[in-house]
Amino acid sequence: MLDDRKKILVSVKDLKMHFPIHAGLLRRRVGEVKAVDGVSFDVLEGETLGLVGESGCGKSTCGRAVLRLYDITSGSIVIDDREIGATPQPELRDMRPTMQMVFQDPQASLNPRMTVEDIIKEPLDEHTTLKDAEKRAKVAELMDAVGLNRKFAKRYPHAFSGGQRQRIGIARALALNPKFIVCDEPIAALDVSIQAQVVNLLEDLQEQFGLTYLFISHDLSMVRHIATRVAVMYLGKIVELAPREGLYAEPLHPYTKALLSAVPEPDPSLARNTQRVILKGDVPSPSNPPEGCNFCTRCPSVMDICKRIEPAYREVQPGRFTACHLYNDLDDTAGATAGPEANKSTNKEKTT
Amino acid sequence: MTDVSSQVEPVDPVNPNEPFAPEEKARNQWWDVWDQFRSHKGAMAGLIFLIFITLFCSIGPLLWDVDPGKLDIRNKDVRPIYVAIWDGDAKTSWARPMGTDHLGRDIMSNIMQGGRISLAVGWTAMILAILIGTFVGVLAGYFKRLDWALMRFTDLVLSLPLLPLLLVMMLLFRDPLRATFGPENGIFILIVLGIGITSWMQTARIVRGDVMALKEREFVLAARSIGTPPRRMITRHVLPNVLSPIMVSATLGLATAIITESALSFLGLGFPSDFPTWGKILFDSVDRMTAFPERVLWPGLAISLTVLAVNYIGDGLRDALDPRIRGM
Repeated sequence: MLDDRKKILVSVKDLKMHFPIHAGLLRRRVGEVKAVDGVSFDVLEGETLGLVGESGCGKSTCGRAVLRLYDITSGSIVIDDREIGATPQPELRDMRPTMQMVFQDPQASLNPRMTVEDIIKEPLDEHTTLKDAEKRAKVAELMDAVGLNRKFAKRYPHAFSGGQRQRIGIARALALNPKFIVCDEPIAALDVSIQAQVVNLLEDLQEQFGLTYLFISHDLSMVRHIATRVAVMYLGKIVELAPREGLYAEPLHPYTKALLSAVPEPDPSLARNTQRVILKGDVPSPSNPPEGCNFCTRCPSVMDICKRIEPAYREVQPGRFTACHLYNDLDDTAGATAGPEANKSTNKEKTT
Repeated sequence: MTDVSSQVEPVDPVNPNEPFAPEEKARNQWWDVWDQFRSHKGAMAGLIFLIFITLFCSIGPLLWDVDPGKLDIRNKDVRPIYVAIWDGDAKTSWARPMGTDHLGRDIMSNIMQGGRISLAVGWTAMILAILIGTFVGVLAGYFKRLDWALMRFTDLVLSLPLLPLLLVMMLLFRDPLRATFGPENGIFILIVLGIGITSWMQTARIVRGDVMALKEREFVLAARSIGTPPRRMITRHVLPNVLSPIMVSATLGLATAIITESALSFLGLGFPSDFPTWGKILFDSVDRMTAFPERVLWPGLAISLTVLAVNYIGDGLRDALDPRIRGM
């Protein structure tokens, strides 16, 4: 819809992932953590959709749910023209080669008892009938592609640095020539110089293999660098989705504004003059989100309607989606400046 | 990295993309395991002792051709040969280097014969217990649906008083098994099964806990995203990573099995009385321990040194099988 020439590869509609909370002597179900609560987005073939938000907002859960690493609560996921929202796990196996994942912690995502070769070979063992020598050749190719020395194939993951381990993880994800890769904060555990290497590697591979990424990160400047479109999440919901330039130049949702104003400005003279939007309070508990808009407890432009009615997620400008009452129509924005402090305190009592 | 590369294969920094040279593939990773194992002094000492005691018990009776059950009343209460060093009047004989008991049975051949039984019972019962324990633990830890039922069953078995249970088992099944498999084999099977199925619970609990923790690790999630089915997930990712606790409970299990067998023999419900085991020799000699300390000393030493050796071997193996410690 944004660009009609491109095909929609991944389409997520109203995805919900609720984790039950059990408590008490009988482990009765007393509630649920709404980690992802009604998320919809499309990813076009060959693009990178950045997914940003503060920690605990459900980014990673969303990424994993899209790949059906969890059994989702409800919603529809269409990847490569196949609906997988309700497919049972064993039947998903054929689908796995199309969609792969790069994990956040390169230390934890590699089995410490397997050699690098075995780790990269595992997808080949599972989904191909190649001979052992062919598999080894393929592994060597993949190691070249991600810039690892072939001679290290017999080493174990602990002998590698963080950046090299992440390359191993990327090589494993590439082994089956996937179309869609979810990168779950692939750079969060790496230091800055290595982050750039890994991100550049991801970009090169995208060009080389025509990959589509869902790039989950809390690093706004990195997302700006790699993503073509950006989705902003807050408390299990997408509050804004827009092309990169539009989002960074003119954020619509108050949360996006606050988030972007938190990005450090490298130029000190500019930094002195920037007005930061500083949010007060904490993120409400995802097991007990506020009535109405999820952001109403901290929003600087909160209105009465925000606390009662949940804003619909809709296209407000061509290609730009947001969920905010400020854009319902122009009349409603008049009350936007009503004292946020006073509203916040009453809201806090309600939520706690 | 530098010391690592010197240990493994030499790295060619000039031409990193050159294809695998054949000699690099030749080195099997089990050689690295062996190298690491060899560097553990205690484990090597344990291995040497275990080989020695195994040979002593298996080949020994062929060389030392004395019937362990043969009574020789005239030569009863012979002291071991070394007593002659400080007590010239003691009854010693080169024909009975470890002495004889109060019925004149040769202690050395008894220790050999007893060792055969004790080691066989110990190893078989331990392996059985480890297999059951690991199986139950992995199933309970990996499959949430089975967890409740399996762990309550484990608790149930754990809460049974073991010795009375074993006694009842002996009483109930001794005669039918004897009839089917012969007196010695029947009792052997009964004792091994009895010890095996009453000592797997600790292993199951430890393994379950570790599997549950492992299941949440990202590499298991990564394997799930690849589409690895649960069966291979367990053999490839879970089992190799719970090897350490299994190894520890295996070494402890061997000790417990040997000692439980001794206790059963002591209660008269183990092997027949003319059938020596280390535990039974030990218990038979306790009454006259002050007069003849050697009769307690030898089987006691054999039991504790074997257990110690196996413990050290387990320790060394655990280190050798862990690539992080192996420094590869």
